[in-house]
Amino acid sequence: MSTLTDPPKPGFRLSQLIYDTRYRSITIQVIALVLIVGAFWWLGNNTVNNLNALGKDFDFGFLNSAAGYDINQRLIEYDNQMSHGRAALVGILNTLLVAFMGCVSALIIGVFVGVLRLSKNWVVSKLMAVYVEGFRNVPLLIWILLIGAVMSESMPQPREFRGEDATQSMYFSDNVAVTNRGIWIPRLGFANSISGEDAVAPIDGATPVAAGGADWLLILGTLALSLIAMRYVRNRADKVQQSTGDRPTIWYQQLAILVIPVGVVLIALGATIVSPYLKGFNFTEGTHLRNSLIALWVALSLYTGAFIAEIVRAGILAVSKGQSEAAAALGIQPSRTMKLVILPQAMRVIIPPLISQFLNLTKNSSLAIAVGYMDVRATLGGITINQTGRELEGMLLMGAFYLALSLLISGGMNYYNRSTQLAER
Amino acid sequence: MKKTVFFGALTAAGLAAGMASAATLDDVKARGSLNCGVTTGLVGFAAPNAEGEWEGFDVGVCRAVAAAIFGDPTAVEFVPTTGQTRFTALASGEIDLLARNTTWTMSRDVDLKFEFVGVNYYDGQGFLVPKALGVTSATELDGATVCIQTGTTTELNLADYFRVNGITYEPVPIETNAEGQQQYLAGACDVYTTDASGLAATRATFENPNDHVLLPEIISKEPLGPLVRHGDNEWADIARWTLNALITAEELGVTSENIEELAATPGNNPEVNRLLGTEGELGAMLGLEADWAKNAIMAGGNYGELFEDNIGENTAIALARGLNAQWTDNGLIYSPPFR
Repeated sequence: MSTLTDPPKPGFRLSQLIYDTRYRSITIQVIALVLIVGAFWWLGNNTVNNLNALGKDFDFGFLNSAAGYDINQRLIEYDNQMSHGRAALVGILNTLLVAFMGCVSALIIGVFVGVLRLSKNWVVSKLMAVYVEGFRNVPLLIWILLIGAVMSESMPQPREFRGEDATQSMYFSDNVAVTNRGIWIPRLGFANSISGEDAVAPIDGATPVAAGGADWLLILGTLALSLIAMRYVRNRADKVQQSTGDRPTIWYQQLAILVIPVGVVLIALGATIVSPYLKGFNFTEGTHLRNSLIALWVALSLYTGAFIAEIVRAGILAVSKGQSEAAAALGIQPSRTMKLVILPQAMRVIIPPLISQFLNLTKNSSLAIAVGYMDVRATLGGITINQTGRELEGMLLMGAFYLALSLLISGGMNYYNRSTQLAER
Repeated sequence: MKKTVFFGALTAAGLAAGMASAATLDDVKARGSLNCGVTTGLVGFAAPNAEGEWEGFDVGVCRAVAAAIFGDPTAVEFVPTTGQTRFTALASGEIDLLARNTTWTMSRDVDLKFEFVGVNYYDGQGFLVPKALGVTSATELDGATVCIQTGTTTELNLADYFRVNGITYEPVPIETNAEGQQQYLAGACDVYTTDASGLAATRATFENPNDHVLLPEIISKEPLGPLVRHGDNEWADIARWTLNALITAEELGVTSENIEELAATPGNNPEVNRLLGTEGELGAMLGLEADWAKNAIMAGGNYGELFEDNIGENTAIALARGLNAQWTDNGLIYSPPFR
């Protein structure tokens, strides 16, 4: 065992912090940290100073004071004597509604257009190309304004439906009214409502009906159970197919499971269709889809749908041609190749960018103010801030809401993404 | 400096709390122009004319203040604001003065931390409806669709009025007067409501103004006036006394036509002399030139001239003086003395 003396240890020199690779990265990180902390301190300090200079405090108490303004589209009960917090909640629900409707329809449009753009039919594929390029290359705000203007300028006024010599009439045997204030469609009323709400006759002489959350919960719950049952039947059919090679015909069972329980529930609740009719200045009863909702929803769906179509097209093209050739060689019908072979593989490519599109759509819904849709930006971020002067608090709350919503959406989609990825063995 | 601006922009972007400076007059003088917040366009009150120059009753106040400071009524940068953006613009320092038919209310004065420097138009909220509707009173509006500018007192008055009268309505929120006009004319709403003066001004721009009628109900008090931020009393004084100078000038018979003559040599009326700076130190007290009030009046005339030129009975808007006559003519327009 030889004894080696250690080489003389040079003392630590300050220049090593920059020139010695062992220390340099630490130096840079420390400097970056100091700068970031400094920037945040500067921002916070500036905010505090400016609030002091303006004589304002930082207080969320305004959320409990009476709002004083009315909101036209309310998914929950609200009147102008309720609090700013409640008004914000009404706005949040309106945002969620249009974001949900937009995501669903944009996805449907996107998948159809994406597949059709790859069609061998020249006319179809070129038409889809025109749609995609037209919509994604024009700003969303312009589409929202355009659709809003078309709705309010070119549709008839409600009063043109009135009287013996009315110049306009309702569609679908007097069930749907298209006006420049929106579209009224029939709604469901329940004669034997379990919601506990007072039943009122929608029009003189009609059966009194009510509609509450409990009724819809019952119907949707039944529907969910039916879907679970349908899945069970399908899995059993799969098992039979795997063991015997023959797939039992189950479509009539599926249809029965889907329709019969819901139908029974609807009959038990005494469901009737309540149609809109003209009363006073406007149509009443039925469900009122306001111009603002329609303009925002259609514009968001068509705009985002164009992007999703490109994502879907890219996903399909990413599946190698050998896959469809192999499917053909195995004797799978060409009409089923897309559903069984191509799309499941394409999904792995499609889903990650799809998440961004859903997030975009949700955040773009804050352009609602252009057509006067009362989303969270218009209630909390608009009128409430204006009436209470709480810009900082309102903006922070609104930012926190959009952040939480976006994280929820991407969390949910990421979960779905993991379930579609290749399970490696 | 560059860095400060950059960080300042970062903060202001999210927090709407720019650099609130104590001495607004110094800032304005250093900049060489007054940043004045006006509407996005309401004919008669503030709207660009065919040449693109802003003109109107509220614009006249901006020009008078600029003239009082610089001697030049064109040293104004007009910043169009909506009902929703105006207060943030003023609080953040983006504008020095807001002259945008804004109602003086207690909560705006106290809670929003603004200083109303006076009233230049006493107004009330009215309803505009098409004659074809056959409505003669606001109480017949049950179930009507109402176009309403968001972020205004009219929005709150409307909610109160319909609630107190036990009738319902469907609000259609709009951002600007132009948008309201378009929605109303398209029939997307039955009623347009805002200050009666604004309705008259809007109706004057219609193709067929006579097809539309203002309902008799005036449902609120709307004292409209210019306002500044809390915390700079000297600046508030300049705005307040410029407005008072315009009002006093009308009361004393000082017009843009005889003002040169009156200002040339001190006359018999000591208040006119003090107003026009030929006597006393009133200008210096404000930190302005001695002829500040003369410049302010020459910018667009005295209060009465501004009224007649922009919204008076000989214009398309055709508003009578009514409450806005001088106190000597049984109106409410009254200025404290120049002494």
